[in-house]
Amino acid sequence: MDTAESKKEEADYKRLHSFPLIRHTDMPEEMRVETMELCVTACEKFATNNESAAKMIKESMDKKFGSSWHVVIGEGFGFEITHEVKNLLYMFFGGSLAVCVWKCS
Amino acid sequence: MPVRHKAGTVKSKQGSTSQSKAPAAKGPKAAIKKKDDEDGTEMGDGADEWLQGKTLVKPPDQLDLTEAELKEEFTRILTANNPHAPQNIVRYSFKERAYKTISSVDQLAVHFVLEGNLLHKDSDEARRQRARQGLQEEIIVETNAEETEEEISETPVDGAEDAGETEEGGAEERPDSVEVKAGKKEQKLTNQFNFSERASQTLNNPLRERECQTEPPPRANFSATANQWEIYDAYVEELQRQEKNKEKQKATSKKDDEKVKKKTMQVETQSDDISKVSKAAKIIERMVNQNTFDDIAQDFKYFEDASDEFREQEGTLLPLWKFQYDKAKRLSVTALCWNKVYKDLFAVGLGSYDFTKQGRGMLLYHSLKNSTFPEYIYPTPSGIMCLDIHDQQTHLVAVGFYDGCVAVYNLKEKSLEPVYKSTAKSGKHTDPVWQVKWQKDDMDNNHNFFSVSSDGRVVSWTLVKNELVYTDVIRLSVGGAVSDGLEAMQIPTTACGTCFDFHKQIDYMFLIGTEEGKIHKCSKAYSSQFLETYDAHNMAVDAVKWNHCHPKVFISCSSDWTVKIWDHTIKNPMFTFDLNAAVGDVAWSPYSSTVFAAVTTDGKVHVFDLSVNKYEAICQQAVVAKKKTKLTHIEFNPLYPIIIVGDDRGYVTSLKLSPNLRRKPKEKKGQEVPKGPEVEVAKMEKLLSLLREPDISPQN
Repeated sequence: MDTAESKKEEADYKRLHSFPLIRHTDMPEEMRVETMELCVTACEKFATNNESAAKMIKESMDKKFGSSWHVVIGEGFGFEITHEVKNLLYMFFGGSLAVCVWKCS
Repeated sequence: MPVRHKAGTVKSKQGSTSQSKAPAAKGPKAAIKKKDDEDGTEMGDGADEWLQGKTLVKPPDQLDLTEAELKEEFTRILTANNPHAPQNIVRYSFKERAYKTISSVDQLAVHFVLEGNLLHKDSDEARRQRARQGLQEEIIVETNAEETEEEISETPVDGAEDAGETEEGGAEERPDSVEVKAGKKEQKLTNQFNFSERASQTLNNPLRERECQTEPPPRANFSATANQWEIYDAYVEELQRQEKNKEKQKATSKKDDEKVKKKTMQVETQSDDISKVSKAAKIIERMVNQNTFDDIAQDFKYFEDASDEFREQEGTLLPLWKFQYDKAKRLSVTALCWNKVYKDLFAVGLGSYDFTKQGRGMLLYHSLKNSTFPEYIYPTPSGIMCLDIHDQQTHLVAVGFYDGCVAVYNLKEKSLEPVYKSTAKSGKHTDPVWQVKWQKDDMDNNHNFFSVSSDGRVVSWTLVKNELVYTDVIRLSVGGAVSDGLEAMQIPTTACGTCFDFHKQIDYMFLIGTEEGKIHKCSKAYSSQFLETYDAHNMAVDAVKWNHCHPKVFISCSSDWTVKIWDHTIKNPMFTFDLNAAVGDVAWSPYSSTVFAAVTTDGKVHVFDLSVNKYEAICQQAVVAKKKTKLTHIEFNPLYPIIIVGDDRGYVTSLKLSPNLRRKPKEKKGQEVPKGPEVEVAKMEKLLSLLREPDISPQN
C-alpha cells in the first residue's frame, strides 16, 4: 500500500511540478519567454542527457542573442557566476532539474 | 715700333672691345626689340634699364679716345701664315753641300690635342669589341649607336652640351654609357620641336589616428544552489500561490459587490494623491482663470454698451469667453444645454453633421468660471447629436448618438461610461437620434425622457433600476396622420423626425419637425394620429420650440433659410423671416416673449425683438473667427443676459446681449415685474392680434 501511495504521490508530484518555474531572471519579457521555451524544448528533447540539452540551449542562444552564452543543467549544483546584466535566467523544470543560462563574454 | 705697336694693339683692343661692345649692346637690344614686337607689350622699360646698367660699368683705366681716334680704322688681314713660325730657317743641304735657307716653313700650329676613343662602328676595333661583349649587347649598341648619331645630328645646337657630356661619358667607359643612354632613350620619345614637360602632384590626404574606448557592458554576479529540496520547495510554494489566486478569483466572482467595492477601493487608493488636492487645485485653477480673464469677467458683470442709447433699436453682441477643448477640435458642436440649477454650467455635445465623417464624439461640461478647461469630459465612441440635462436632477444628462443609441450619463458617477445605454435589444433607434428631452417623472417616480430619430420613431425611455425601458410613442409616416382606419392597408413609409418640443403647460402636447419640412402637432395619448400638420418648410426642420411665455406660440427654423413663428391653432405662419443662409438653430429668450435668436451657417447670430421690429433683426452679427465656420446651435442662459453659440469647429462662444436686445425688463421694472409672465403674454398677444385680423379676414 505504502509503495503504491508513494508512487501515486510521486506521479502527482511529477504531474504537478512539470511546468517551468522561473526562479530568477533579469531578462526583458520577450527574451525571457523565448529562452524559457527553448530550455523546456531542450530538456524535453534530451530528457536523459543534460549535456546535450545544455549544448542545444547554448548554441541556440548564441545564434539568437550573440555569442558567449553559458548553460548549466543539473539536479544539484551550486554556482557563483558573473553575467552581463539583462542576460540571466535561472529556472527549475520538471520538478527536479535546475537550468541556469547566462551570457558573459 | 714695339711701343707704337703696343699702343696700337691696345688701341686696337680698345677699339675692338668698344666696337664689339657696341654691337653687343645693340644686339640684345635689337633682339629684345624684336622680342617685344613678337610678344606685344609684354616687355617694357625694364629691359632697357637692365642694358644701361651693363653699359655704364667701365674699367677705371680705360683710355679716353677722341672721336677721330675712335673712328680710325685698323685693317687686319688674316693669313694662313704662322706669325710665330721662323722665316729664316737655314739648314745644311747635303746634296749641294752648302747652307741654304728653307723656303717652305711649316705653318701648322697645334693648340690643343685630345685623344678620343670613339670608334667607327664598322671599324675593326669596333667589331672586335662587339665580338667580345656578346650578341645582345651588340644589337643594342648598334641600334643605340644609330640613335645617338641621329640624335646628335638632329639637335646640333641645343644638344651640344649633351653631346659633350655624352662624349665625355663615352670617354670614360664607352659601352656602359651607351647602355645607360639606351635605358633612357627607350622610355620615351618626346616631340623634339615643341615639347614642354608638365607634372603635377596631388596632395596626399594626411592620415590621422583616432580611437575610443567603450565601457564594457554592465555585469552582475549571481549565485545560488540548486538541489532537489530547493527545487521541491520552490514548486510547492508556487503551487500554493496559484491555489490562493484561484480561491481569490472564485471569491470575487461569487460576490460581485465586494469586487466592485474592492475595485473602487483600488481606484481610490491609486488616485489618492491627486484626489486629496483636487479640490484645492480646482479652486486655484479658477482663481488663476479669474485673474487671467478679469476683463471678460468685468464685462460679463458690468459692461453695458453705452452706444445703444444712441442707436434707436439695434443692439450688439459682446463676445465674452470662448470655450474649447483640444481633443474636440475636429468635432462640431451638435448640442448645447444649460444646467437649470447651476446657471454657469452648460453641457456641450460634440459630433459631426457630415455623415461621411462620422466617428467619435464627446460630451463636455463647461463652466463660465473656468473657460480654459472643461469641468467634465466624457469621450464617446459615436458622435453625439443631442443632449438634455434634467431640470431637477441636474447630474443626469440624456444623450442621443449618431448610431441611434440613447444614453444617460450621471455626473456623480466616476466612470466615463453612461449609467444607462440603449442597446439593439432594448429598442434603440436605427438612425441618428436628433433630439432628446427629459419629461416629468412618471407615476412610479421613474425618470423618463423622449427621443426622436430619423427612423421615424418617437420613443419614451424610462429609467428603471439598471435598465432603460422603452415605449414607442408614435411612428411618423409620410402620408400625414394615418387616421382613417386604413392604416393596415397602407405601406408604412416612415417620415424622419428631426426635432420636437413639448408644450410648457399642456403636458400631452408636443410638436415634431420632420425632414420633409412638415411639423406635426401630436399628443402622447394617440400613437397613430397627429392633431395637426403644418406645411412649414421646404427643407428639413432644424428646430422647433414653444415660446416660454405664450402658450400658443412656437417657432421653427429650417435649412431653407427661413425662421417661422406660428400660432398652433392656425395652420399658416404668423411671421416668416428669411435669413439668407441655412438656419441651424433658433431659441426663444427666457426673459421676453418677443425676443428670439437664430444662428445661420454663414457664421451670423440674428437677434429679433418682435415688439421692436417685426420685419428685421435688431442685431445681426458675425461672431466666428474664420469665414467658413458654420454656427450650429444657440442657447440663452436662463438667468444672465448672455447666449452661447456653438460652431462646427468645436468652439463655443459666449456673447453678451447689449441693453437694446433686452430692453423690456429694464423699462418697466417698477410696475410690471410682479406680473411678468402675464405682461409677456399680453405683449405677444397684442402682436398676434395685429396679424390675425388681416389673416383671418381673407379666410372669412
